[in-house]
Amino acid sequence: MPDAGPSVAVEGLTKRFAATTAVDGLAFTVAPGELFGLVGPDGAGKTTTMRMLAGVMAPDGGSALVAGCDVVRDPEGVKHRISYMPQRFGLYEDLTVDENIRFYADLFGVRRREREARAMRLLTASGMERFRDRLAGQLSGGMKQKLGLTCALIHTPQVLLLDEPTTGVDPISRRDFWRILYELVGEGVTVLTSTAYLDEAERCHRLALLHEGRLLFCDAPARLKAGMPGTVVAVTTTAASAVRDELRAMPGVSSLLIVGDGVRLVVDDAGARIPEIHARLRAAGLVATYVAVVPPTIEDLFVASVGRAAERGA
Amino acid sequence: MNAAPAVLVEGLVKRFGTFTAVDDVSFSAQRGEVLGFLGPNGAGKSTIIRILCALLRPTAGRALVAGLDVTREPEAVRAHLGYMSQRFSLYDDLTAVENLRFFGGLYRVPDAVLAERIAWAVEMAGLTGRETELVGTLAGGWKQRLALGCAVLHQPPIVFLDEPTSGVDPVSRRQFWQLIHHMAESGVTVFVSTHYMDEAEYCHRLALMDRGRLVALGTPGELKRGSLRGALLRVECQPLGEALDALGRAPGVLEAAVFGDAFHVTVSAAEPALRDLPRWLTERGLQCGAIAEIPPSLEDVFVARVGGGRA
Repeated sequence: MPDAGPSVAVEGLTKRFAATTAVDGLAFTVAPGELFGLVGPDGAGKTTTMRMLAGVMAPDGGSALVAGCDVVRDPEGVKHRISYMPQRFGLYEDLTVDENIRFYADLFGVRRREREARAMRLLTASGMERFRDRLAGQLSGGMKQKLGLTCALIHTPQVLLLDEPTTGVDPISRRDFWRILYELVGEGVTVLTSTAYLDEAERCHRLALLHEGRLLFCDAPARLKAGMPGTVVAVTTTAASAVRDELRAMPGVSSLLIVGDGVRLVVDDAGARIPEIHARLRAAGLVATYVAVVPPTIEDLFVASVGRAAERGA
Repeated sequence: MNAAPAVLVEGLVKRFGTFTAVDDVSFSAQRGEVLGFLGPNGAGKSTIIRILCALLRPTAGRALVAGLDVTREPEAVRAHLGYMSQRFSLYDDLTAVENLRFFGGLYRVPDAVLAERIAWAVEMAGLTGRETELVGTLAGGWKQRLALGCAVLHQPPIVFLDEPTSGVDPVSRRQFWQLIHHMAESGVTVFVSTHYMDEAEYCHRLALMDRGRLVALGTPGELKRGSLRGALLRVECQPLGEALDALGRAPGVLEAAVFGDAFHVTVSAAEPALRDLPRWLTERGLQCGAIAEIPPSLEDVFVARVGGGRA
C-alpha cells in the first residue's frame, strides 16, 4: 500500500461540551509504525480525542486524518481501517475467551484459518492460552484487558486506538501488554494509546502531554526530559521532614517533595547545590545516606510546566 | 510516645473454601509509618485490608489494630480506622460541607468538635471559599482531598487508602502525598494499596504480596538494591524486533524488555555484559548503540519478585 504520509494527522481538533472545551485546538501527527502516547490526567481530553479519531464522535472544529481517511467527512470509512478499544471494551462476560474472539472475528469478517493462527499468537503472547475455555466474566482485570486487545486485533488494522488499556492492570500484565504493542508496531501497525500514568508514558516512542484539553508538549520521552529546566536531586534520609525544612530556604531550589525514602528536589545547578546541600545538612546535624542526581520523570516535566497556575487550583 | 506497633499481624491465614487467599503473613507497622501494599490482582492485598478493617474474620493467626484484636473487638477496631477508596465515595449533589457533615455523622464525631473538624478539613482540602459548592462541580484534586478529609474527620490513628491518586493530575497528586506525609508525621499510620509504582515511591516501606504470601518487605531503596539477581542495563539496539529475539538468547541475559526506543535488559553481572554484549549483537548484524547500567525501578523489582513461575 503506498503510504508516505502520516498515519494520523490532527489539526486544530476541538470539542466542546456546554461550557467546557474538552479538546482545544489539538495538533499532532503520528508516523506509520509509531507507538504514540496521549498522556494526561483524567479530564485532559484523552478519551474525547480517541472517540473523535475513531469516528464515533464528531468534532466541533479542526480536522483529523486517520489511516488516510478524513474522520470528519467519512466517519464510517475509518472504521474498516482501524481498531478501537475503548476503556470499557464490550466483552461478553457470559461467553468464554474463545467465544468472544470468534464473535469479533465474525464481526470483522476474518477467515477461520487466519483467525485461529492470530488468536493463538495473541493469546500466547499474553500468557492466556490456558484460559481459552474460561468465561470472560471470571478473568482478572488484566486478563480482561488482554482479551479485549486480542479481540480488537483479530483483524489487521492499520491504526490501533487504545483508550487507557492498562488502567487497573498490575505491572506484570502491563508488561505483557506493552510487549504485544511493541510486536505490533514492529509489524508496521501504528499504535495510539492513552494513559493517565506518566511513568508508563516513557514506554512510547513519542508522546503528547495533555492538560485541560490542550497540548503541553509533543516529543520523544528522552528529548522531553533533556529539555526540562533544572536537575532533580534525591536526598535519601530517615529525617525527611527536617531535611525538607532545612532545604526549603535554600536558593536555587524550585520544588521540594517528601517521598518514601527521603526528599526529592529540583535545583538550578546540581554541581554547586549538591555540596551546599551537604554543608547545610551537616551544619544542622542531619544525616543523609545519599545525595544524588536522579533522572527527571515525565511527572517532573508536567509539574514544571503546568506550574503555579494549577498548584493554586485543583 | 507509645512504642507498641499501630498494626501487628502474626501468622495470618485466610481461606475461602480450598483457596488460600492469605498464607501465613506476618508484619507490623509503626505509628507514623506509610506502608504500601503491592501485588497482582488476587495476591491477597484486599483480603488483608478487609481483615484489618474487621470486615472479614481470619482463618488463623491474629491481627491487632491500635492494640485491639480484629476478631474480638471488630466495632472498636473500625472506630480507629479511616478508609478512602479509589472512587472517592462522595455525594456529588451535596456541597463540600454537607459531605463532611454526613461523614461526621457516620463516624460519630461528637457535636462539640464537629465544627472544628469540618473547618480543619475544608482548609486541608484547600476548599476555603468553596464550602457551599456542589461536589459534582469540583475538579479531581479537590474531590480527592475532600474525600481524604471525610475519611479522617474522626481523627483515626490508622488510615487505609486504595489507589488514592489514580487519574488525578500530577500537581494535585503531589499535594496529596505531602498531606499524607504531614498526617504521618503527626503519628497517623497510613496503609496504601496500589498497582502504581509512582504511588509506591511515596511509601516508607513496601510489602510485596504474591499468591497470598508476603514475598518482600522493605524501603523502596532496599527493595531496589536487593531484588535483582544481577544488574539492569539500558541497551540501544536496532532493529527492535530482531534485537529483542537476539537479546533473549544472548549469554548472561536473564530478561529483555522493550522500553520506548531501547531495551531494559537484566543480566547476571554488569561488567561482562557491558564488555561483551555490543560485539555479540554486532556480530549478528544488529546495530548496537549506547549501553549503560541503570538503577532498577520499583516496577523492575515487582516483576523480578513476583514474576517467577508465571507465563
